[in-house]
Amino acid sequence: MILGQVVLNGFLVGAVYALFSSGLTLIWGMMNVVNFAHGDFVMIAMYVAFVVFTALHLGPAVFVPLAAVLLFLLGVLVYFSLVRHVMRGPMLAQILGTFGLALVLRYATLWVFSANFVSLPDNLLGPVVTVAGLRLEPSRVVAGLAALTLTIGLHLLLTRTALGSRLLAVAEDRNAAMLVGIRPDPMQALAWGIGAACTGVAGALIALFFYISPTVGESLALIAFVVVCLGGFGSVPGALVAGLLIGVIESLSAFWIGPANKDVVVFILFLAVLWFRPQGLLGKA
Amino acid sequence: MSASITAPARSAGRLVFAAFVLLALLVWPLLVENVFYQRVGALVMLAALSASAWNLVGGYAGQISIGHVLFFGCGAYASLLGFTWFEWPPIMGAPFGIALSLLLAVLVGLPTLRLKGHYFSMATIALAELARIIVVNSPSLGGGVGISGPAIPRSMADLSFISPLPYYYIFGAVLAVLLLFTWWMGRARMGFYLRAIRGQERAARSLGVPAQRYKLYALLVSAGFTSLAGSLYAAMVGFVDPDSGLGILLSVKMVIVSALGGAGTLFGPLVGAAILVPLEEFTNAAFGGDGTGITYVVYGAIIMLISRYAPGGLAEILARLKAWGARHAR
Repeated sequence: MILGQVVLNGFLVGAVYALFSSGLTLIWGMMNVVNFAHGDFVMIAMYVAFVVFTALHLGPAVFVPLAAVLLFLLGVLVYFSLVRHVMRGPMLAQILGTFGLALVLRYATLWVFSANFVSLPDNLLGPVVTVAGLRLEPSRVVAGLAALTLTIGLHLLLTRTALGSRLLAVAEDRNAAMLVGIRPDPMQALAWGIGAACTGVAGALIALFFYISPTVGESLALIAFVVVCLGGFGSVPGALVAGLLIGVIESLSAFWIGPANKDVVVFILFLAVLWFRPQGLLGKA
Repeated sequence: MSASITAPARSAGRLVFAAFVLLALLVWPLLVENVFYQRVGALVMLAALSASAWNLVGGYAGQISIGHVLFFGCGAYASLLGFTWFEWPPIMGAPFGIALSLLLAVLVGLPTLRLKGHYFSMATIALAELARIIVVNSPSLGGGVGISGPAIPRSMADLSFISPLPYYYIFGAVLAVLLLFTWWMGRARMGFYLRAIRGQERAARSLGVPAQRYKLYALLVSAGFTSLAGSLYAAMVGFVDPDSGLGILLSVKMVIVSALGGAGTLFGPLVGAAILVPLEEFTNAAFGGDGTGITYVVYGAIIMLISRYAPGGLAEILARLKAWGARHAR
């Protein structure tokens, strides 16, 4: 039964991993740029949730949408002011541009909020319910299910709507898309907006049960890298499967070999993926 | 007019200038009595050394490592663990640190250097962070507390001096060797291969450049020198903990020092170090510990600005200014 609990918790946290990793995979797949500040976007969203809750005493019904909107705007801003320019530059600029952004976000937050760990109250969404021997913490359940729904929603947006087709057309071939009358710049800005909004929602959701600190983005970014590489870059369904898998693996390793070593397992898994299947589990060769 | 100066005269002028700079670098610490400045000088040399090592793979080969602290940490930890376990002089651990670094370089390089550049960057971050977590959780490696070198120097071999001056010259000597190698490499086949790879890897491959092999060579040399820098640093400071030996910010520093001066240029890292290290030391001295966070905000901003406006760093800005001057001189 304990094992069931561990797997369930891993699954729920994995759904949140899947959501913010989908944002990374979308950006990566569309313009072949890795957002090294992705984890720090999640961190910013966590602080949005924290500030809204402590200063205004408003719950997730307010701070989740608010974080989504704010991060969407941040994503669009970053695209127009930085990414659009470094994309065409040398590899050094492509990688260091967003990496510099990550440092600015991380240490500005550290400066404002200090290095202390903070968290939201456990029972923000009500007391723990026990069903069939499984402890269901409302914050985890709500976060997990919401993230799962939104990740599937993002997939449907990309595959079933005209907007999604336009986005994918630009991803497929920028010039061909221009020939059929799609302007790539707004589409890529939109991809950055959506990608960042994913981190906004995911960050606000994960803040419900996760510690919040200025450097939390570092380990979350690495999780997103693992998920994206495992799921195959550009693939939202791949990110969903990989995110859930990573969540469960992390949870099980924390249970079996101790919480201090759970990151070790995730990183070793990442290196193993790079060695043996860099195109991802579901990706095309 | 520049056209009237003959080529031999120009290169002789350059030689004189270089000799003058070298002499100044050798002599100035002896003329300055202030220990703080001497220490800053030694740290500039150290930063220039590790950034020049990064530059081989990040600048010349164009493979952006953001986890180079991994190799630095191998060197630093090997030195002090050699002392802690076997009472060796710290520098005796250096070869082991280098060996471990080369092994890790192969481990990270073999799979990722055949992929696009992003994979290499991500893998280096992951491996460095993995090493840090492992050390933090291993009491036998000092855990989060760190390990120390000899409290009192037992012999010259401990390389434990009170004055920063000997370190200045030791770091400088190793840097000189590395720069000589880099200079030679730039003119040898390897330099041409690396520049071709950085420019357009697919085109280079199609012309028969064994891209993956040469990128790996660059990474190996780079890792070895970075590890040696770590060992020497450990001998100087006599202490290493996960933050000072394996923290991500050290990797950042190697990148930014190199990128500011000009990644892929011979003297770029030296120029970058000469600007950034004094800046950081003086801000730390002025603001105390509170300055650290700000320093990295500024570093991040500088990195963003370089990427956005001048990926070639100061070297590129200088070249642009020259071109601008030439246009307006007419």
